[in-house]
Amino acid sequence: MELPESIKKEVEAVCREMKLTESQKKKVYERVKEVYRKSMFEPGEAIGVVAAQSISEPATQMTMRTYHAAGAAQIQVTLGLPRLMEIFDARRTPSTPTMTIYLKKEYNNPEGAKKIVSLIRETRIEDLTSEVQVDVLNGKIEIILDPEKLSEAGLTSKDLAKILKEGKLSVRASEKKLSVSVETDELSELQRVKTKVLSTVVRGIKGVKQAVVSKKDGEWVINTLGSNLSKVMEIEGVDPTRTVSNDIHEVAKVLGIEAARSLIVQEASKTLEEQGLDVDIRHLLLVADTMTVDGVVKPIGRYGVAGAKGSVLARANFEETIKHLTQAAVSGEVDRLESIVENVMINQVVPIGTGMFELIFKPPRGKK
Amino acid sequence: MIESIEFRLLSPEMIKKLAVVEITKPELYDIDGFPVEGGIMDPRLGVIDPGLRCRTCGARAGECPGHFGYIELVRPVIHVLHAKLIFNLLKTFCSSCGRYLGEDGKKKCPHCGEEQKKIKFEKPFTFREDGKNLTPVEIRERLEKIPDEDLEKIGFKGGRPEWLVLTVLPVPPVTMRPSITLESGDRSEDDLTHKLADIIKINQHLKDNIIIGAPDFIIDDLWELLQYHVATYFDNELAGVPQARHRSGRPLKTLSQRLKTKEGRFRHNLAGKRVNFSARTVISPDPFISINEVGVPVVIAKELTVPETVRKDNIEELKKLVRNADEWPGANYIIRPDGRRKRITKENAEEIAEEISEGYVVERHLLNGDVVLFNRQPSLHRMSMMAHRVRVTPWRTFTLNLCTTPPYNADFDGDEMNLHVPQSIEARTEAELLMEVQRHIRSPRFGGPIIGCKQDHISGNYLLTRKETRLTRSEAFELLCSIGVVPEIKKEKLSGKEVFSYILPEGLNIEFRAKACRGCRKCKKENCEYDCYVVIKNGKLKTGVIDAKAIGGESGRLIDSIEKNFGTEEAHRFIDRVSQLGILYLQKRGFTIGLDDFEISEDARKKISRHIESAKQEVKKLIEKYEKGEIEILPGLTEKQSLEMHILNTLKRVLDVSGEIVAADLPENEAVIMARSGARGGIVQLVQISGCVGQMTVFGERVHRGYRNRTLSHFRPGELSAEAHGFVTNSYKTGENIFEFFFDAMSGREGLMDKSLRTKHSGYMERRLMNALQDLRLEYDMTVRDNRKIIIQFLAGEDGIDPSKSDWGKLDVRMIAKNVVG
Repeated sequence: MELPESIKKEVEAVCREMKLTESQKKKVYERVKEVYRKSMFEPGEAIGVVAAQSISEPATQMTMRTYHAAGAAQIQVTLGLPRLMEIFDARRTPSTPTMTIYLKKEYNNPEGAKKIVSLIRETRIEDLTSEVQVDVLNGKIEIILDPEKLSEAGLTSKDLAKILKEGKLSVRASEKKLSVSVETDELSELQRVKTKVLSTVVRGIKGVKQAVVSKKDGEWVINTLGSNLSKVMEIEGVDPTRTVSNDIHEVAKVLGIEAARSLIVQEASKTLEEQGLDVDIRHLLLVADTMTVDGVVKPIGRYGVAGAKGSVLARANFEETIKHLTQAAVSGEVDRLESIVENVMINQVVPIGTGMFELIFKPPRGKK
Repeated sequence: MIESIEFRLLSPEMIKKLAVVEITKPELYDIDGFPVEGGIMDPRLGVIDPGLRCRTCGARAGECPGHFGYIELVRPVIHVLHAKLIFNLLKTFCSSCGRYLGEDGKKKCPHCGEEQKKIKFEKPFTFREDGKNLTPVEIRERLEKIPDEDLEKIGFKGGRPEWLVLTVLPVPPVTMRPSITLESGDRSEDDLTHKLADIIKINQHLKDNIIIGAPDFIIDDLWELLQYHVATYFDNELAGVPQARHRSGRPLKTLSQRLKTKEGRFRHNLAGKRVNFSARTVISPDPFISINEVGVPVVIAKELTVPETVRKDNIEELKKLVRNADEWPGANYIIRPDGRRKRITKENAEEIAEEISEGYVVERHLLNGDVVLFNRQPSLHRMSMMAHRVRVTPWRTFTLNLCTTPPYNADFDGDEMNLHVPQSIEARTEAELLMEVQRHIRSPRFGGPIIGCKQDHISGNYLLTRKETRLTRSEAFELLCSIGVVPEIKKEKLSGKEVFSYILPEGLNIEFRAKACRGCRKCKKENCEYDCYVVIKNGKLKTGVIDAKAIGGESGRLIDSIEKNFGTEEAHRFIDRVSQLGILYLQKRGFTIGLDDFEISEDARKKISRHIESAKQEVKKLIEKYEKGEIEILPGLTEKQSLEMHILNTLKRVLDVSGEIVAADLPENEAVIMARSGARGGIVQLVQISGCVGQMTVFGERVHRGYRNRTLSHFRPGELSAEAHGFVTNSYKTGENIFEFFFDAMSGREGLMDKSLRTKHSGYMERRLMNALQDLRLEYDMTVRDNRKIIIQFLAGEDGIDPSKSDWGKLDVRMIAKNVVG
C-alpha cells in the first residue's frame, strides 16, 4: 500500500523538523503506513450516504437569514442554508454574484487598487445625470448631466454621445446636455428608449455593480458585487491566476470544469465554516465530484444528478413519478436493479456494504 | 431473485390475453348482493372476502393476487399520460406515408412529398389540424403507418405507437380496489371502481347510440365524455379538466394519485416499509447503565421475541424459557420443523417443553444482552440508529445513558424512541459489529467524538480535578469502587487529579488547552495560573482541569485520544466511568444554583449602567451626525443603512464590555463554574441575567417593524434612539419593562419562525443530496463509483482516509512520530 503524496510530504516535513535520523525516519514511515492502513475506508462503504448525511445533518442548524456583510468589505453576500442550496442546485446565476480580485505586484497598493476599481465598476448614464426630460411632441429625450460627477468619472458629454451612437441612436451632445431623438410618436417606445439610454454602461465592466477595496493578509484585494470574470481577467494589473468568482457556471465556462469543482468545494466549505459547522472536506469533495464527473456542472436534484439515474424505479421514487414511468414504457426501458432503492422496493438485499457480495459459497455440510 | 424489470406498452391483444373476463356491465351486485358476472366486481377478478375461493385460480383471499379483466372501448380514446408524445409523433412523422420527417419536422415529406399541415395540441387531449379536430380514430390510423425502423431511430422501443390510442382498457383486479363493508352493512366501493363504472356506463351508452344511428353530434358528445372518463381514470389532477368527484364532493383518487407524492405507493409503501418486532415508548435517563445499553420495560420484552433454533447446547435453557411461558423470561411461540407455529400458554407450556427437540425454533422473550436497534427520528445521520444491549427493567419507559443523547439529539421532555429486534443471525451479527454504540463514538462528519459527557458529568469532573480538591483515602476509595475501579491507594490524602488518573488508561500521553482557558496573550503552558493547560503523562493527569474540551460531546479531546490509541472498547469503558465519576463526585460535594449566584456588586452594576449610558450618548451623536448629513458612509450602503450599521455595532459592543465586567465581578459560584467548564450556558447567559440583555435583532437588524415610522405608538415617529428600536437596558434579574419585553418577544418569535422554516428546506436538501449520492460505493480498488460503474473518485476522499477513523479529518503524523521516537 502506497502512501498518498500529501501524507508523504507531511512525514518528510515532520522528520526534517524533528531532525530524525534515517533509521528513525524509516520507523516513522512504517508506523504511518500502519496507521494509514487502519484509517482507510473499507470496501463497500456507502460513502455517498455518509457524505449526504454529514452535510445535511448540520444544515438543520444553519440560519435562514440570507444576507450578511462579508467582513469589512461591506459586500452583501448570501449565506447560510440558502447559499448552500444555491451551490448544490448549481443555479444559473447566484443571487449575489461576487468576485474576489487579486492584484499584480505593481498594483498592490491603495492607489493601484483604486485605479482598477474605477476601471471595473460599471458607470451608467443614469449615475451621471441630474435630470431627465421626455419631450413627447418632438420625440426627444433630454438628459441633463451632472458636470461634477462627469468630471469625477473622467468623461465628457461627447464620450457619452459616442457610446450611445454605437447603440444606433441619434444623439446630439452639448456640454451639459444629451438629447436623443427617436422617430416615433408612441409614449411607450419613448419610455423604452429612455430606460435603455439611462442604463447604458459607459465605463467599467458590465455586471459589476459595486467594487470595494480591502486589505486581506497584507494584500490589497477588490471585492465586487456582480461578476464578469473573463472581462476582469483581461484588465492590466489584475492577477488572473488567483482572481475568482463565486458563480459556478461562469467559472466552469471561463476556467474549466476542474476550477468549477474546486469552487464548489471552496464555497460550500466556506458557507459551513462561516456558520461554525465542522464538516470534513472529503464529503464536500464527493458532492463536487458527482456534480462535475460528466464534464458539465450538474445540479443535485431532479434536473441533474438525481434525474439522470439509470434506474426507472429510482427516478420514479424521487420526483415526477408518472413522467418517468410513462416514458420508461414508451422507450421500453429495462431496470437492472443495480442500485439501492429499487432493491428496497422489491425486498432484496441492497448491493452496498455487506450486501455487495454476489458470490456466496455454501460449504457442504460436514459429516462426522 | 429478481434480476431486472422491463417496462413496455401493453398491446390491445396483450390486454385481452392478460384478462380473464370481458367487463360489459356497469352493475356491481345483483339484488341478492352477489357480484354480477361481467360486472366490475366479477368474481373471476379475484377474491377479497375471507373464506371464499377465487373462481380463476382457486386460492384463498390474501393468496390470490387477482386477475385482470378488460373493457372493449366502442371508440378509441387518447391515453392522456402519453398525449404529449402523440403530439410529437404526429408532428415529426408524415401524415400520409408515416415516414420520419427529420428532427425539425419539415413542411414537406422528403419521402413522399406530401405537404404537412400544421398540427396544434390543446391540453389535455385535443389535437387540431388546420382548425379541424383530429379524432382518435384518425390519429390511430396515422400512427399505424409509422414503420418500425423509424421508431427505432427516435428511441421508441416499448411497442407500437398506435397502442397509445386505447381501444381496449384493462380492468385491474379487485384485490387492488377492495370494497369495504361498513358497520351498517352497506358496501363502500373504492374510487377506482367508481371510475370504472363511469367508463362502462358511457361506453354502453355510446354503443347503443351508434347502433340506433343517433346523430353525429350526440355521438361526438358521448365520445368526448368517454375520453374524459378514461383520462381522469389515469390522472384526476389534469390541468384544465374538471376533477371527477365522489358523491360527497371529494375528488376521486385515481391511478396517478395512487402512485405520486409522499403518500403515494412509491414513497409510502415501496421505498418505506412497516416492520414487525418493533416497539416505541417514551425515553428517560439512567446514568448508571453503560452507553451501549438500553433499558427495556418488561411489558415490551415480553412482546418482542427472538427466534432461536434449538441446538444441543441450548435445549435445556430454552426448555426453561418455554416452561415460563408468558412469565418473563419466557417464550411466546414455537415453530415446529414442518413450519407450523404453536402459541405457548401456561396450560400447554409443560407439554411443549417436553416436545421440543433439535430443529425446533423457539420465539423467546427479549433477554438481557440481546442486540437491538434503537432509533430516534428525525434520523439525520447513521448515529440516529445504533445497536444497544438490552437490559430489561420493571419500568414503563426506555432508558438510555445520557452520553448517547447527542448523536440521537434526544432529551427527556417527552421524546419517544423506537426499538427494533433483529431476527436473523446475520442481522444480529451485523448490528453488533457495525452498529454498536461504541463503534460510533467518532462521527464521520468531522472525525471527532460525538458521544461524550454532558452537563453534570462535566461540572463534576471539573470540580474534582481542580487544584484545591482533596479527598481522603476512604472517600477516594468509595468513589472509585462505585464506578467499578478497585484502586490500590497508599496515601492518606489524594488530590482530585490523582483520583481522576485512576480511570485513565496507562500509557496515555496528551497535552491540550482546557475549555476554561482564558486565551492569555502568552500561554504559560504547564504553569498556567488558572490551571487550564492539561498535561497527561503516561496515564497520569499532571496539570489542568478536565472540562468540556476534554470529555464533552463533539469536542472531547481526551475521549478522542483514548479511542484512537486504545480502541473503541477502552473509550467505551472510559466514557462510562468518567460520566459516573462526575455525577458521584457532584453528589458528594453538592451542587446547586439560585438567584443569588447572579448577584453582582453595586460597583459592577454602576460600571455597566455607566457604559450603557455612554453607548446611548454615542448613538445620539451618531443620529445627530446623520441628521446633519455628516455620517460616515460605508461603501455600498446608503446613509440610512450606514447609520444603522454604526448604531448596531455600538450597541452590540455593550454586551461584550458588560460581559467582561460581569465575568470579572462574579465570584466563582456554581453558575460560573457551569459556564466556565462548558457544562451549560455561557458568559452571554450570565450577562443577560445579571448585567444587561442587550440589543434585540429581527432579520439581523434593529427592530423596525410595527407602526408606520415607529415600532410602537409610545415613541415619536421617526425616532432612531436605542430604546425605540429594541435595545434592552435591563437584565433578566431586574426585569424588562413593557417595551423591552415586546422587543424581546419579537426577537424570540423570529427564532422560532426561522427554525420551522429551516427544517423544511434542509429536509428537502437532504432528500435531494441523498438521492444523488446514495448509489455511490467504494469498490475493492478504492475507487468510488456510481451504479453505472463510472468512476467518481479514483481514491476516496483523495487520500483514502475515512473521516470516522481519522483525527479531525487528518492523520496525525506528528503524534505518530513522537510516539515512535519516544
